[in-house]
Amino acid sequence: MPAVSFQSVSKHYPSRGTGSAVQALDQVSFDIEQGEFFGLLGPNGAGKTSLISILAGLSRASAGSVKVHGHDVYTDYAQARRLLGVVPQELVFDPFFTVRESLRIQSGYFGIRNNGAWIDELLECLGLTDKAGANMRQLSGGMKRRVLVAQALVHKPPVIVLDEPTAGVDVELRQTLWQFIARLNREGSTVLLTTHYLEEAEALCGRIAMLKQGRMVALASCSDLLKNATSNVLRFKLDRELPPALAAKARVTGRVVQFPAHDALEIEQYLAAVREAGLAVEDVEIRKADLEDVFLEVMACQAERQPLKGQS
Amino acid sequence: MKDKFLTGGWQTLLYKEVLRFWKVAGQTVGAPILTSVLYMLIFGHVMADHVKVYDTVSYTAFLVPGLVMMSVLQNAFANSSSSMVQSKVMGNLVFLLLTPLSHWHWFIAYVGSSVLRGLAVGLGVLVVTSLYGQPGLLHPLWALAFAVLGAALLGSLGLIAGLWADKFDQMAVFQNFVIMPMTFLSGVFYSIHSLPPFWQTISHLNPFFYMIDGFRYGFFGVSDISPWISLAMVAAAWLAVSATALHLLKIGYKIRH
Repeated sequence: MPAVSFQSVSKHYPSRGTGSAVQALDQVSFDIEQGEFFGLLGPNGAGKTSLISILAGLSRASAGSVKVHGHDVYTDYAQARRLLGVVPQELVFDPFFTVRESLRIQSGYFGIRNNGAWIDELLECLGLTDKAGANMRQLSGGMKRRVLVAQALVHKPPVIVLDEPTAGVDVELRQTLWQFIARLNREGSTVLLTTHYLEEAEALCGRIAMLKQGRMVALASCSDLLKNATSNVLRFKLDRELPPALAAKARVTGRVVQFPAHDALEIEQYLAAVREAGLAVEDVEIRKADLEDVFLEVMACQAERQPLKGQS
Repeated sequence: MKDKFLTGGWQTLLYKEVLRFWKVAGQTVGAPILTSVLYMLIFGHVMADHVKVYDTVSYTAFLVPGLVMMSVLQNAFANSSSSMVQSKVMGNLVFLLLTPLSHWHWFIAYVGSSVLRGLAVGLGVLVVTSLYGQPGLLHPLWALAFAVLGAALLGSLGLIAGLWADKFDQMAVFQNFVIMPMTFLSGVFYSIHSLPPFWQTISHLNPFFYMIDGFRYGFFGVSDISPWISLAMVAAAWLAVSATALHLLKIGYKIRH
């Protein structure tokens, strides 16, 4: 039985005023097996948070079904929610309570008493022990993010959902968080991660799904996605701006220019075009495509609107 | 905080809601008591010699149960409504939305905590205002029944208002244009028999009137109408409002999309 199963999930928001209706999700189907570390990627507005909101019961699908360990999130919501631990994207907190009170209360909502030992372990693993008695208002943004993670895990859910948990947080928290989540995954927890940090997804996730405009456009193991990437990458720095015709084919970040290149001939052609434009090139390198390159390639080829399936 | 208070989901939510208002008791309990004392000082002093309500009851004594019940009702409403709208605005309602708690659990906890805050404030107002005029307490069970039922009704209404309001401004509209007028026009400061016939008829359409009048019966053994009729009216209103609140919670009105 899959840990999480999405079957033909659609979600549309009715039009407001003169605006048109929004199709946030369109027939999205995939399973996440128990024990997987699964990445859900997509640009802003792709439908990632809509999908997670439906999974968590914060929103209801317009069509389709979502199950957690076989329990429908709508008709059997109580059991489904007991199995889920969700770290929301927004940095929210209850200003009336201390860190420990927040965790005890969240634990109590799930009917769990005498949870002090696990709460202490969560506080320790997330570097919150010395903040246990502090009011939530007194914490920094990073500390509040840690408490959000602890609240999601306080009832020991077998399925952990992390909705952009490292957005805007420092390196130390990322390290702490990923070490802890990786440990829980090794111990059997299923993890569903959405993130814009693709290097994190590449390092952590076994399988990845990509969404664009509410449709699933890729589903494969991370290694298959990288293996099936159609190109290497030609990377160099320029002293001036690239001509528009060339810039349209490149990924430009400041002075750094990257071209997807399938073979040596294509590499020579790009370099020749740059020389003809009178630009000075430095720090030239050719590297294997990473997940970010694959992501951009998948998003770019979306005109076909056909899911790119992998082997797993 | 002891884990024994957190034994089940709804008990924890009830405990959390009580803790929420108790942590700021100066604002949520102390301030309404002070307000009632001011009402007592001003109205009791100014009108004591001008208003005669029941033959055997002084105006100051008459005023006490009215002020107590007004405080119970207003604070029961304020508790559930402010908690809900605050959680929505701050976004921390998500912690509750992610739990397996049912709409019944939410209802019991939010309304239960509202009743407790209403009774806590009411008791405080009773103790303090009784220093100015002893009203007696002939039928305590009647008084308690109306206090609990009235607080539950306003707690349920506050829950509806909290679900409906998206921001504090909307909540203020509800409070200022619905709750306050109905409270003040319910006979807190007068007997409706002192009103012209038209306004007496209008008062009979106000459920707050039955709560105040029935509660006052518990103190004096006399009331403008039979306490049984008042009890029936308040119970019917509570059932209707509770059914609405439960329905809104079940469908996730404005909290699940």
